[in-house]
Amino acid sequence: MTTRWIEITVGLFVALGIGALFVLALKVSNLSEYGGEEGYQVHAYFSNIGGLKERAPVTLAGVRVGRVSDIRYDPERFQARVTLTLSAQHDYLPKDTQASIYTAGLLGEQYVALEPGAEEAVLEDGDTLLFTQSAVVLEELIGRLMVNLTQD
Amino acid sequence: MTALQALGRWWLGVLGRLGRGHLFLLRTLVALGPLMLRPRLWIRELYSVGVRSLLIILVSGLFVGMVLGYQGYITLVDFGSAEALGTVVALSLVRELGPVVTALLFAGRAGSALTAEIGLMKATEQLSSMEMMAVDPYRRVLAPRFFAGILSMPLLAALFSAVGVAGGYLVGVGVLGVDAGAYWAQMQANVDVFDDVLNGVIKSLVFGLVATWIAVFEGYDTEPTAEGVSRATTRTVVHTALAVLALDFILTGLMFGAL
Repeated sequence: MTTRWIEITVGLFVALGIGALFVLALKVSNLSEYGGEEGYQVHAYFSNIGGLKERAPVTLAGVRVGRVSDIRYDPERFQARVTLTLSAQHDYLPKDTQASIYTAGLLGEQYVALEPGAEEAVLEDGDTLLFTQSAVVLEELIGRLMVNLTQD
Repeated sequence: MTALQALGRWWLGVLGRLGRGHLFLLRTLVALGPLMLRPRLWIRELYSVGVRSLLIILVSGLFVGMVLGYQGYITLVDFGSAEALGTVVALSLVRELGPVVTALLFAGRAGSALTAEIGLMKATEQLSSMEMMAVDPYRRVLAPRFFAGILSMPLLAALFSAVGVAGGYLVGVGVLGVDAGAYWAQMQANVDVFDDVLNGVIKSLVFGLVATWIAVFEGYDTEPTAEGVSRATTRTVVHTALAVLALDFILTGLMFGAL
């Protein structure tokens, strides 16, 4: 076993191992979602966010344009404040854009869908969305249905 | 009274070994500094510890991934969510099976060899003769092996997980007909780089440290007889397996318990 052979195989081993780590980071997990493109942030207040989580997608007509970067409770407005990070290329959204929380599939993950309004002025970093629609809670819906049924 | 004495002797023996083990770790860590000036020494050990474990790790990873593909599919298809197969395979491999199974295989493949080699060096008084020639066995023999073990474990675990994911793909997409796009998309949507992949790498680093520490220490602490070497080799495998599984429980609790 020559030293040359040993060093070549060890080099190959280390390169393979580091390559596997890169595959795990890039192909298997979501590293590509972190950092990279810079975006701008807008806030939206919801009275109920249902099961929305951080890093949930933000879509525009189904096309992904950003993600939820922060969720916290605002004790002054008694509402949930959701911070949306939108990628910088989508800088054409009108000020009266509406944000709604929907569910992908019947029991899937929840996401924020944006619907552009009609105003001329566009959203800028730090703006707050004026129109929001909270998540639909299944129990609430069933409760309302039961009330309607018993009234008839 | 004799039973009590036996218990006391056993406990003192355990404490003594524990103390020697920690002093040993300290001296080896101190010897790691000068080792960096002579990379030839640990590159050679990286070959016998890392490169020669490659085959068993790759083959095991592939088969574990393929079995996960089958078992995950059988469970998920009942709930109509066979697309989640990618998530199931990747999360089980990256979080648990990658680091743990690699550490267990490492103990059997490389740890036992390390113990037997160092134990035999001690039994044939090679270590003592090194000391006679003013060569520090910690720097020359123990630290290179220790360092190579710690370095190769995360690399081997990453390879195990990567090959396993490919094995799950082979079975899930190739044999069972899960959609290829859904396999990767679901995986990427649910596996987090920091929460899952990085924690897995930290786990394998800890296991690497513990497995190599036990292997090298057992070799160095061997009774210098043929029987002693054989006992030390067995102890290496058993103790490493127990330590890795117990540590895995603690680390999992710390890393994923709060999620």
